[in-house]
Amino acid sequence: MRTDELIESLARHVEPVQPRQGGLAFALALAIATPIALVLMLLLLGLNPQLREYLGMPMFWVKFGFGLVLVPMALVLMLRLSRPGVRAGMAKLAPIAPVLLLWLLAIVALATAAPGQRVAMILGSSWAECPINIAVLSMPTLVAALIALRTMAPTQLVAAGAAAGLLAGGIGTAVYALHCPELEAPFLAVWYVLGALLPVAIGALVGPRLLRW
Amino acid sequence: MSDDRSPRSIVEPDAREAQLHALAVASQAGDAVAYRDFLRDVAALVRAFLRRRLARLPDDVEDLVQETLLAVHNQRHTYDPAQPVTAWLHAIARYKLVDLLRRRARTEALHDPIDDVDELLLTADEREGGVQRDLEKLLALLPDKQRLPIIYMKLEGLSVIETARRTGLSESAVKVGVHRGLKVLAAKLRAAGDIRDTPDASGDAAA
Repeated sequence: MRTDELIESLARHVEPVQPRQGGLAFALALAIATPIALVLMLLLLGLNPQLREYLGMPMFWVKFGFGLVLVPMALVLMLRLSRPGVRAGMAKLAPIAPVLLLWLLAIVALATAAPGQRVAMILGSSWAECPINIAVLSMPTLVAALIALRTMAPTQLVAAGAAAGLLAGGIGTAVYALHCPELEAPFLAVWYVLGALLPVAIGALVGPRLLRW
Repeated sequence: MSDDRSPRSIVEPDAREAQLHALAVASQAGDAVAYRDFLRDVAALVRAFLRRRLARLPDDVEDLVQETLLAVHNQRHTYDPAQPVTAWLHAIARYKLVDLLRRRARTEALHDPIDDVDELLLTADEREGGVQRDLEKLLALLPDKQRLPIIYMKLEGLSVIETARRTGLSESAVKVGVHRGLKVLAAKLRAAGDIRDTPDASGDAAA
């Protein structure tokens, strides 16, 4: 086919498109995946029986908030990376801030604790299951976010996959916080960060395969 | 090509950006006239962009221009009117260029023709420039639903899924199109007596 003919045939069937489609797709992905993650948590792990008391504790809000703030940061990254010609720019540095904040809290807590308690503060009672559980609870969001990204045209596929993973990690961490009994900053600084990073790594890994267009 | 000499490509970059931006926004709203102008400008821009970068593969430039136009068409909702439209276009063209080079490297690594008809096509492709044109003439005789799957799958090495996405056909329609199209081509070649001239195809035909 000659290029002129191609242009004619494409122009003949042009329909209006919605430039905000990407944002809507990401919002829809969140709206579908978050309840699924919640139900998964309730079925597989159960709500923290002490959740009512936890709601009055600042450290609960630190760990719940850690996941929540990752969500808008990931959405901004996804919105940028899903359009050809838009770079992630400074937006990719934003997720470092909540991690640094957790680490800072952890250092303060460890420095002021009795030396014999430090290892217990890091390992808590659930270190072995925490990152895996967060990763499992992230999966519905990762799948939904990748499907939503496929309706757009990311050109940096590793970064776009990682951004989808960050969204998933944020939801996974926030949902897991409703089950998790831990309250020590050193625990969160290691295992929550690791749990949130797992879906990021998975997203970066599968991005080039799944997001091609 | 002649489009390079169109007045649009010699206007100042800022003016061109403004003009293209207006066309892009109108196109997103479904304005077919603006969209045709937009695609023509895009074709000229992309052609110039690719010609600089594909100097060693001049035969691929126009194919890639068309592929980029299709991508621009399919992804036109991904353009954010707040963003420079030339940046958007360049990113798409660059993505398609890298895709082509990667695909090329891959298909050259595993040249393993699937059946006789494939070998015939590949052999014909090998011989000389004129044959490429004969092949195009033959392909032009086929309906779109057979020609496009053959071009994408057999000449460019795309998968069934990619071909289906690009042509808008279902995967089974792509497979049927390739199968029937190759049959028709073989019959036409046989009728023309060409098939006897074809040297015995062997594995190195695709090298």
